[in-house]
Amino acid sequence: MTVQSLYLWIPLLPLFAATVVGLFGRQLPRASAHWLTIAGVAASFALSVCVFMDALQGNVFNGAVYTWLTSGGNRFEVGFLIDRLTATMMVVVTFVSLMVHVYTIGYMAEDPGYSRFFSYISLFTFSMLMLVMSNNFMQLFFGWEAVGLVSYLLIGFWYKRPTAIYANLKAFLVNRVGDFGFLLGIGMVLYYLGSLDYAAVFSIAPQFADATVELIPGSPWSLMTVICILLFIGAMGKSAQVPLHVWLPDSMEGPTPISALIHAATMVTAGIFMVARMSPLYELSSTALSFVLVIGAITALFMGFLGIIQHDIKRVVAYSTLSQLGYMTVALGVSAYSVAIFHLMTHAFFKALLFLGAGSVIMGMHHDQDMRNMGGLRKYMPITWITSLIGSLALIGTPLFSGFYSKDSIIEAVKFSNITGSGFAYFAVLAGVFVTAFYSFRMYFLVFHGKEKWMQQADHGHDLHHAHEKHEHADDTDDSHDEHHHGLGPNDKPHESPWVVTLPLVLLAIPSVIIGYVAIDLMVFGDYFKDVIYVDHQQHGAMQELAHHFHGAGAMALHGLTSLPFILAASGVALAWFFYMKRPDIPAAIKARCGLIYRILDNKYGFDSFNEKFLAGGSRFLGDKLWQIGDVKLIDGLLVNGSARLVAHIAGLVRRLQTGLVYHYAFAMIIGAFLLLTVFMKI
Amino acid sequence: MNDLPILSLSIWVPIVAGILVLFTGGDNNASRARWLALLGSIAGFAVTVPLYLGFDVQNGGFQFVERLQWIPAFNIQYHLGVDGIAVPLILLTSFTTFLVVLAGWEVIQKRVAQYMAAFLIMSGIMIGVFSALDAILYYIFWEAMLIPMFLVIGIWGGPNRVYATIKFFLYTLLGSLLMLVAFIYLYHQSGTFDIAEYYRMPLALSVQIWIFIAFFLAFAVKIPMWPVHTWLPDAHVEAPTGGSVVLAAIALKLGGYSFLRFAMPIAPDASHYLSGFMITLSLIAVVYIALVALVQKDMKKLIAYSSISHMGFVTLGFFLFNPLGLEGAIVQMISHGFISSAMFLSVGVLYDRMHSRQIADYGGVGNTMPVFTAFAVLFAMANAGLPGTSGFVGEFLVILGAVQVNFWYAFLAATTLIFGAAYTLWMVKRVYYGEVANPQVAELKDINRREFFILGLLAILVLGFGIYPQPITEITHATVGHLLEHMALSKLPPL
Repeated sequence: MTVQSLYLWIPLLPLFAATVVGLFGRQLPRASAHWLTIAGVAASFALSVCVFMDALQGNVFNGAVYTWLTSGGNRFEVGFLIDRLTATMMVVVTFVSLMVHVYTIGYMAEDPGYSRFFSYISLFTFSMLMLVMSNNFMQLFFGWEAVGLVSYLLIGFWYKRPTAIYANLKAFLVNRVGDFGFLLGIGMVLYYLGSLDYAAVFSIAPQFADATVELIPGSPWSLMTVICILLFIGAMGKSAQVPLHVWLPDSMEGPTPISALIHAATMVTAGIFMVARMSPLYELSSTALSFVLVIGAITALFMGFLGIIQHDIKRVVAYSTLSQLGYMTVALGVSAYSVAIFHLMTHAFFKALLFLGAGSVIMGMHHDQDMRNMGGLRKYMPITWITSLIGSLALIGTPLFSGFYSKDSIIEAVKFSNITGSGFAYFAVLAGVFVTAFYSFRMYFLVFHGKEKWMQQADHGHDLHHAHEKHEHADDTDDSHDEHHHGLGPNDKPHESPWVVTLPLVLLAIPSVIIGYVAIDLMVFGDYFKDVIYVDHQQHGAMQELAHHFHGAGAMALHGLTSLPFILAASGVALAWFFYMKRPDIPAAIKARCGLIYRILDNKYGFDSFNEKFLAGGSRFLGDKLWQIGDVKLIDGLLVNGSARLVAHIAGLVRRLQTGLVYHYAFAMIIGAFLLLTVFMKI
Repeated sequence: MNDLPILSLSIWVPIVAGILVLFTGGDNNASRARWLALLGSIAGFAVTVPLYLGFDVQNGGFQFVERLQWIPAFNIQYHLGVDGIAVPLILLTSFTTFLVVLAGWEVIQKRVAQYMAAFLIMSGIMIGVFSALDAILYYIFWEAMLIPMFLVIGIWGGPNRVYATIKFFLYTLLGSLLMLVAFIYLYHQSGTFDIAEYYRMPLALSVQIWIFIAFFLAFAVKIPMWPVHTWLPDAHVEAPTGGSVVLAAIALKLGGYSFLRFAMPIAPDASHYLSGFMITLSLIAVVYIALVALVQKDMKKLIAYSSISHMGFVTLGFFLFNPLGLEGAIVQMISHGFISSAMFLSVGVLYDRMHSRQIADYGGVGNTMPVFTAFAVLFAMANAGLPGTSGFVGEFLVILGAVQVNFWYAFLAATTLIFGAAYTLWMVKRVYYGEVANPQVAELKDINRREFFILGLLAILVLGFGIYPQPITEITHATVGHLLEHMALSKLPPL
């Protein structure tokens, strides 16, 4: 049996499990939901490892599965491109998915939608695999939207909660804005480059490096810049880059396992993956790369700030995800694609770990997510505590941890880059390190150390996390409906989670520590991505420069201890310790003093209210006016019913002529005869 | 080619079945009427299947041709034939009729025989429209179709049905009369009502423009295009579920099909000349109507506006004059047939239980009708053009085709990704998600086996053609290629 014959099974097994559980979940015993889906994704993971091993040998597969559609000489196929980039993504996706499947057994144990949930996450695994395994833009778009669908279904999983069904609609629509650009980009690719097949597009693209298009007559723009920016708009939606980031924090309404899987580890990195995949196109446009870089830098820094003021434990991790996605995007912008993928991978492990750790805390707190009610949990939840610490250390870039290697490489790459915007980006990523360290350890200290605050908060604990959500829902105040959100009772103590929850934590903690050390040499500086990722070293030399300065993973860690990012991170941790352990009065004082800044942060820079008021409200206003004035008044009122009234009116007038009196008719006849005579006499 | 007159059978089997159903008499025999109608609709579908199976996909011309003298004095013939555009639409028609018969099973309790008969007869008439190759024969079918639809809305419709039927009738009749004038003019010039003859006839540009406008008025009303669309929401709101399904799934396609059969090939130069105008109207339909759909409070009105917006893609695709656009438009017509049927049937399911179409009367239906909600969300996603459903294919192809003509056409068309999702999913949110809104919703019963069967069948089709749309496009390739070649040649008379 060859490796090629395995490919199809990898996405199909989770799809099969999802279908069976989705359709017959009610008839089957409860446990079969997790056994079936776990078997599917575990097999998929095992096969992915086989494929990965094969790809390590340097084998590449590019072929069609079936022809989806032909039209006018265009052939749209469903097919796979399996190279090292794909194989890496496949292993990461299936591994994290497997961990999340196991974890879900514990997390969703009491949920009435148990089998539905498993069906969805398996469906997600299928969609994500179709996305990364694709060898063409059409299938990429299919996977792209399919993961969006599952994300929609899962954010709204608790469909009774007004906030959840607000968040999932918002997530879908914001992603659709991104997909709008993405689809136009695909259209441009097909029109100008003549195909949607990656291989064909990449091989022909260099011929169009200097081509221009006049979208606005008279102003020629570089074709590649237009294509790349349009495609990147898609990535901005999916990977939550400013200003299309607004959906991600709200997506935390979904159950925590999917926050880990979809909104941290895999789906949101699809945009990063896509740009790395398209490196042969992006390398042709420095303008597009600068655009990518600046957007990424803004996201990396400014979303980090928002993490500082959150009280909901999941939202802190969510903003941290936004910020880290910004880092990956920055790496793409400076043509360090392999570093971006590297950070994507390490981030997948430690961020999934952090989210699942947060979920474990939430379970221990009986579904209370407010950090102000926590504290001192390390005594009650030791495994969660240690693994969360590992995750946090990896996130802030502590030398030797995986996050250090990837994040430090990004910062260095930006330093060596001379593309437009790299100065600003360098500042942003450096400052971001400090901010990351600060909010991460703020969370860590508030949750695991300090006073045990659930005692005094127990009575009103659970409604706090709703308080700072400014959704425009009149009915947003009730949370009596979700029996899930009750918080700890007066005599309850937090408790460690069952093994199905802690096992994935431990299994994720291992790569969070070591994967950076193990993989950096090969993935970033080796020829791992040779023939997959293309970099124009003449134009964008940052990667070459970076490789020049690299002398092994050990030396890098040692050097890291004295470098600026580490000092920044350490001071961030120190400040968090000082503020939240030593002098808890200081943050309150700062909050009181800097009311304006606090309000700006609290309103998330006003994106939400702008979107809600102007974009959503504006559309509704416009729709209403077009309907009431256009359809009802003008077309129906004036033209349709108006013409009917006109006919009736004229008929009414004409009717009066029919008086029924003979002398009226006789008079008219005489006048008529006179007139006719006059006319004929003249001729 | 075939010994059996398959097209005649496709037309007359449902009509004869409909007449037989009428003979079952009053509502005492309702159950006999239902079973007979079901058999008739299955037979009607069965006789159309050979059209697909026996179709030669390499041949871009007319197939299954039947030709008999009818009124020799005016050279009017009973002339039938189909090409790759008509065949999928005919199958859609006979299939939808089967669904409609089944959907009205228990719902219709009053004048059952007449109800079933109206749909069967309508099915035959519409297949006649799709297969007529003689202008007068076509015109008779075209106008005859109004009568059963008029009755369906007028008898089984809602409280404001009189206004809706009159509006529907006058709107469509007015447009059609000008088409008749165009036919008479063409007859005068050529001495025949043979459509194929009209394709070959040279015509001056000014004449072509007049002919095009005459056709345009007839077809634009039917599709409907902005600004002659306002009859559709009213008709849908008042029509019974079956009427809405046929209206959306098939009646609108008569207009789209007729553009391809008459307006474009008979007046190709005028079509090119007026393409900017047509595209503008199409894009207005896509954007303006989508915004209007967003603010609808009545579910049926919302879906009606959504239909108009989706049909905008059809006309947009036609007037791009490239294979992507044209085939995309055809796929869109078929796919819209399934999805709009499913959407209207879903509203029907709710209406049968709650007797309300107002979104505000619902909320949290998912709690009491989980199986039904799964279907509803699937169809909503298909309506929003999600890849993997048939709703995606047509929009995707038309947008790709539009980029090749003008980036900004594609830009405006692609806004449907956002607005289409917005109006559909906002409705889903308000109707299906959330807490149970009121005691009536709390007492809702989930769908029964009959409803499950209907929606399940549509779900399979929507997903099936989303995953593998090639069967639809394959059959159209040769015809589309043929049509585009024809459109590229000028029909202006030599100077």
